[in-house]
Amino acid sequence: MAGETQSTTEGIEVPPAEHGVGFPPFDATTFASQLLWLAITFGVFYWIMKNVAMPRIAGILEDRKDRIAGDLSEANRLKDETDAAIAAYEQALAEARNKAHSIAHDTRAKLKADHEARREKAEAELNEKLQAAETQIAGIKTEALSQIGEIAGDTTSALVEQLIGKAPTKTDLTKALKSALN
Amino acid sequence: MANDPISQFQIQKIFPIEVGGMDFSFTNSSLFMVLTVAATSAFLIFSTSGRGLVPSRVQSVSEMMYEFIAGTLRDAAGTDGMRFFPLVFSLFMFVLVANLFGMFPYFFTITSHIIVTFALAMLVILTVIFYGFMRHGMSFLKLFIPSGVPAALIPLVTMIEVISFLSRPISLSVRLFANMLAGHITLKVFSGFVVSLGAMGAVGIFGAVLPLAMTVALTALEFLVAFLQAYVFAVLTCMYLNDAIHPSH
Repeated sequence: MAGETQSTTEGIEVPPAEHGVGFPPFDATTFASQLLWLAITFGVFYWIMKNVAMPRIAGILEDRKDRIAGDLSEANRLKDETDAAIAAYEQALAEARNKAHSIAHDTRAKLKADHEARREKAEAELNEKLQAAETQIAGIKTEALSQIGEIAGDTTSALVEQLIGKAPTKTDLTKALKSALN
Repeated sequence: MANDPISQFQIQKIFPIEVGGMDFSFTNSSLFMVLTVAATSAFLIFSTSGRGLVPSRVQSVSEMMYEFIAGTLRDAAGTDGMRFFPLVFSLFMFVLVANLFGMFPYFFTITSHIIVTFALAMLVILTVIFYGFMRHGMSFLKLFIPSGVPAALIPLVTMIEVISFLSRPISLSVRLFANMLAGHITLKVFSGFVVSLGAMGAVGIFGAVLPLAMTVALTALEFLVAFLQAYVFAVLTCMYLNDAIHPSH
């Protein structure tokens, strides 16, 4: 420790002999040189930083940012495309579904109309046949009825002849028949 | 002489140059200024020569420094402050590399000289003053009159503001200078103990373990200080530049 202190003291004592001031950082005779060389070196350094190094790093960072932004926008574009494709598919599907619905509806309507027409036709035919049958029946009935009058007249005339022995006159018979039949 | 903790700060002439009675010699200090500039520029330029989209290890160091200072400046002075980015970045890199160079044994620490740190601090303050007046004219003086202070207190507050402004270059330069100087002296003293105790024989060698451990720990601390002081210098520069851009606070 003692030796250390001594050598320190010696060390401090040496500079005054060389420069006139003990503590090197406070030695004003070196200031001019330090200032000049600091100005030169820092000036050059500033110039290099400003014009070479920093634009370079800025360029790299810019490129990276642009690349990332580009990739992101590309991804967005692809996503939009996919969305559009999905939408188009959905739309096509909906259209197809609507078409299928309308085809089914049309077919059903057509079949119904067809069926209706046939039913109507059949009904009309049936009505016609019914009409014809009714006419026929009416004819037969009229005929039968007219024959009934005749038969009744004959029978009545025969009965009356049997009962009273004398055939009634044609006019009486017709009158009596008419009141009886009605 | 070898154990003297002050001799490491000695300026030695390499090429004596004298102009008009002034000593402009190329000294060991000048040599390390040149080395600092050359090494830093070379590192920043060669590490980015690949211009890799995915950065290599060295490239990412350069990018990290760049973005670190850009972020610090933007936080402190806003986007307007980015015009001073080259200045702040140069100051930070210069001080950082100069400090780290000082950590090599037998290397000269240029930031351990008050005149160097004072010159850098004056560069900052003069930039603040010139830019402040150029951009805001006389209203730059509002810097010294905080808004919302009662009229009676304005003379006092203004005086305090002026004094604090004037003390900025001193505190900025002395902080860096004193940190580097004290750190290197402490390192030298403790490592000197190792040598002197080691020379005392067996007991001395045993006793030298403690200062050796101290020297190792201090070396680690000094690396931290080297970075931290460069960062502090850059941050304070950003804050002072903010005053030049936005003088009314």
